[in-house]
Order: sequence, then structure tokens, then C-alpha cells
Amino acid sequence: MAPGTRTKLLVLGALGLVLLLVPLLLPSAFHLRVAALVWINAVAALGLALLMGLAGQVSLGHAGFMGIGAYATALGPKHLGLDPLLSMGAGILLAGALAFLVGRPILRLKGHYLAVATLGLGILVHLVLVSEVPTTGGPDGIQVPRLELFGIRLVGPELWYWITGITLLLAAWLALNLEDSSTGRALRALHDSEIAASVVGVDVARAKLVVFVIAAVYAALAGGLFALFNRFVTPDVAGFLRSIELVTMVVIGGMGSILGAVVGAALLTVLPQALTLFHDYEHAVLGLSIILFMVFLRQGIVPGLAALVTRRRPA
Amino acid sequence: MSLLEARGIGIAFGGLRALDGVGFAVDPGEVLAIIGPNGAGKTTLFNVVTGLYRAQSGEVRLEGRDVTGLPPHVLAARGLARTFQNLQIFFRMSALENVMVGRHLKERRRLWAELLGLPSVLAENRASRARALELLAFVGLAERAEEPASALPYGALKRLEIARALACEPKVLMLDEPAAGCNPVETEEIDRLILAIARKGTAVVLVEHDMKLVMRISDRVLVLDQGRPLAEGTPQQVRSDPRVIEAYLGRLGLEAAHAAA
Repeated sequence: MAPGTRTKLLVLGALGLVLLLVPLLLPSAFHLRVAALVWINAVAALGLALLMGLAGQVSLGHAGFMGIGAYATALGPKHLGLDPLLSMGAGILLAGALAFLVGRPILRLKGHYLAVATLGLGILVHLVLVSEVPTTGGPDGIQVPRLELFGIRLVGPELWYWITGITLLLAAWLALNLEDSSTGRALRALHDSEIAASVVGVDVARAKLVVFVIAAVYAALAGGLFALFNRFVTPDVAGFLRSIELVTMVVIGGMGSILGAVVGAALLTVLPQALTLFHDYEHAVLGLSIILFMVFLRQGIVPGLAALVTRRRPA
Repeated sequence: MSLLEARGIGIAFGGLRALDGVGFAVDPGEVLAIIGPNGAGKTTLFNVVTGLYRAQSGEVRLEGRDVTGLPPHVLAARGLARTFQNLQIFFRMSALENVMVGRHLKERRRLWAELLGLPSVLAENRASRARALELLAFVGLAERAEEPASALPYGALKRLEIARALACEPKVLMLDEPAAGCNPVETEEIDRLILAIARKGTAVVLVEHDMKLVMRISDRVLVLDQGRPLAEGTPQQVRSDPRVIEAYLGRLGLEAAHAAA
């Protein structure tokens, strides 16, 4: 078996195990809701991890794509009478198309221009969601209709735990497959040397564009899931702070690590919930823990721990 | 018609004319060395021909077709591969993966199949892997295939770049100082490698400072000086050309060479 296949099974196995264990250990509705939020954020972080870890590009407006997915899911049924699931699909397509249009001219340039362009895009999306009050409901947010499938109402924390969890598992599977493919290798290569990648035939601009669109699609999918799960969205879902949180999830968990993106998402989703006890200090503690992680586990949690384990193992 | 032909290449950076009316031609199985003092424009010529720089004048033809100014990845698809003077290695990947990236153009890429990890993609991975292992064996790095590239010594990285370039199955291989920084034993290995590559019908163009290596393996030598062609011919002709000796050693060297003769 190629090492790629073994790693793939290991990661998916670990993820599946956690998915099975959480409802057994923490069966309360509250815990399942937090866990579902973790899986949703992990889907978005996963896409960003592909962009940052594989291609070495940063999106500072990724929550913008989440916002597009979330609001498409909310607005489609309200204004166009569309099915929520169909609206979510349209939102994902829209986010992918937007990423393509923004990324195409920007990714021809070398350097971190994408970070600046996406920063602007994220702010723009947020601005539209806040100010177009008649359409979007403005800062107060908007209700999302219940999802019905074949006449069955999809409600309850347990059901949404599994919907989001299985989506994450599928998203991770696709991401792992991409890593272990010609495109994946090309992306990792251009991260180290764009020149060397181009002289062996890699169309660097195109490869970066592909992974940027994938990352946007992942974020929009996460946004749509969030809207359906939470049944209420506000422009905060697309806010700049959310974008920074997504980047932090990827960096803390370990760039380029699929499992790391999930761990990072778990940490940044669960920690604020746990810290509500010290409400006044919540942001201080969060900031401090990010600094500590970066000082002591600079590669991120998952690669950092993996390195520790390998070092301890007797030769 | 030669396999690769550059004619009248000229490029200036600011006020400095780095290349002025330089050209060369190379045929299948031939080894052409480009030599010259530092700053003669050798690497610049490489960068123009492989599409990294855009020349202000002149043209490059590959198999008779005009390829002037095409981007590097398109030139790679047409059969042009190269290595770099200052290594361009994918340091976060293993030696094997570095060479597998060189198979990029030979791999069929359909994003959907890749995302779904279809059997066709896995078969493609296995084929690239097998070919990359063969090439690593060819350059003498078979035992180090799984090591991260960052763990390999300098001489090994030079050969890794050659293996990666060969993975493209190029018609023309351009080597920018393949023996720079290598010890005599490593230089001899590279020497053998280049001859083996040329024997298989690949045209080899190399820039090199190691004159012994150049004289041993080249069919023809092009000498550049300050961005202009100075002399061209067989190693023997070039070695005894007074203009070449002067460019390298100055007037005094020329007199010393005469005195020695």
C-alpha cells in the first residue's frame, strides 16, 4: 500500500472514531449543538487549509464565502420561493464563480496579493449584507426556513450532528484525495518554488485558481449548513473577525494538515463556549492561548504533536 | 533545421545590455556547452530560452516552431526542461515526490477523478511513482527516495534536479552549472550522467565553469563575453582561440600561453 493511502485511512478513521464517540460521551443537546458547530467550522477551515497548506496562499476574507452560502440558503426561499437545499447549492455555485472571477486576475501575480484582494472581498460581502436591509434583513439578521426532505422535517440536534459530521467526513475524504493526486503534488511543489514548478509544466496560476475555488466552495457549503442548522443568520457570519478566526483555526491546528484544520476548528469553536464562565476575559484568554500555541507549537497542534511522538519513539 | 535554435537574442536590464545578438543551435544527442567569464550572460540566456525572461530582440525556435516568449509551462510541454544554478528544490517534499512532480505533464488530470480518488488516479500515481524511482536510480539516488529533499546533501540535490527534469522526458535538457559546488567525485558522476542522457538522443545545453568537464563532454562550445558571442567551435578550437584565452586570462595570460606554446 502506498503511504498516501495509509495516511488517508488513518485520518478518516480517527475522524470517524471521534464522530462516533462524541454522542456517547456527551449526549446532551447542548453538547451536540456545539459539536455540530465544530463540524461546520471544520468544513470551512478544511478548504482554507488546502489553500494555505498546499498552495501557500492566504484568504483573509474567507468568511465572505461562508456568508454567501449562508445568505443564499436564507434568501432563496424567502424571495424566490426556492427550496432551501437548492438555494444552498446555488450559493455554493455563486461563491465558486466569484472566487474564480476574483482569483483569475489576482493569482497570475506572485506574492500575497490574494490576501489583500480577499480582504476587500470579505469586507464588501459583509457591507452588502448589513446595508441591504430590505433584502437581507440588515444587521438584525434573517430567519431560515426548516429543511424538509421528502416531506420529513430535518430537526433536532442529534440529526444535525450527523448531517454536519458526515459532511465533514466527506469533505475530509475529498481533500485527502486531492492531496494525493497530480494536482495536489503540483500545489505543494509551487508552494516551495513557483519557478521550478512552472519549468516542469505546472500552470502555476491555474493550479492556484483551482484550489482557491475549492476553498471558496468548502466555505460556502459550511455557510449553507450553518444557516440550515442554526435557522437564523446575521451578517456576523461573513464578518472580518470570522475570517481571522478561520485563518487562526488553520494556523493553530497546523497548516497543511487535514486533521489539524479540524482540531483548530474544534479549539476555536469550543473554547469561547467554555470561556463564557469568564465572560469578561473571554477574548483575552483566547488571544493568550493563540500566542502560547504559536510560541510552543509553532508548526501547529497536529504536526507539532506528531513530531514529538516520532522523536520520543525509540529508533 | 536544428532541434532548438536561438537567434539574435538581446535583452537589457536598465541601461545594462546583458545579451546582445547571441544565438546557438543544438541537435538531438548533442552536448553544447556555453561558457564565459562571470557576468557574460550565460544564465540570462538560459532564462530567456526557457521563458523566465522576455527577450527584447531575437527569436527562439523549437523543432522549427517559433516559441519566443512562451511561458515556461508551455515550453515544458513542447519538450524543454532545465535545472537551476541556485537549486530550486521542493524542500517540503520527499526526493521521490520531487521527481513525481516532474511527471506532471505525463499525468492525466481530471479534477473530479482526483477529488474522488478514482482507481484511474491511483493507477496514475503508481505509474508516476515507478517512473520516478527509475529516474532516481538512474541518477544514483534510489536509496534516498523516501527522504525529505531537505535532508539531502548539495551534490545529491544537483542530481535530484536532473532526475526531475528528465521526468518531463524532454527533447532538450538545459543544465545551469550542474557541477557547481560538487567535489571531483560528484563532478565525475554528473559527467557520466550527461553523456548517458545525450546518448539516449536528448539534446543537452549546459552552462558550466568547470573547464575540465566542459572539454571532456561537449561536442561544441559557445563562448560568451559581456553579453556577446566571442567564439564557437569544438572544445579543441575554442581552447586554442586567442580571443577566448584573452577573455579568461587577460593580455598577460595570452602572452603566457604563447610563451608556453
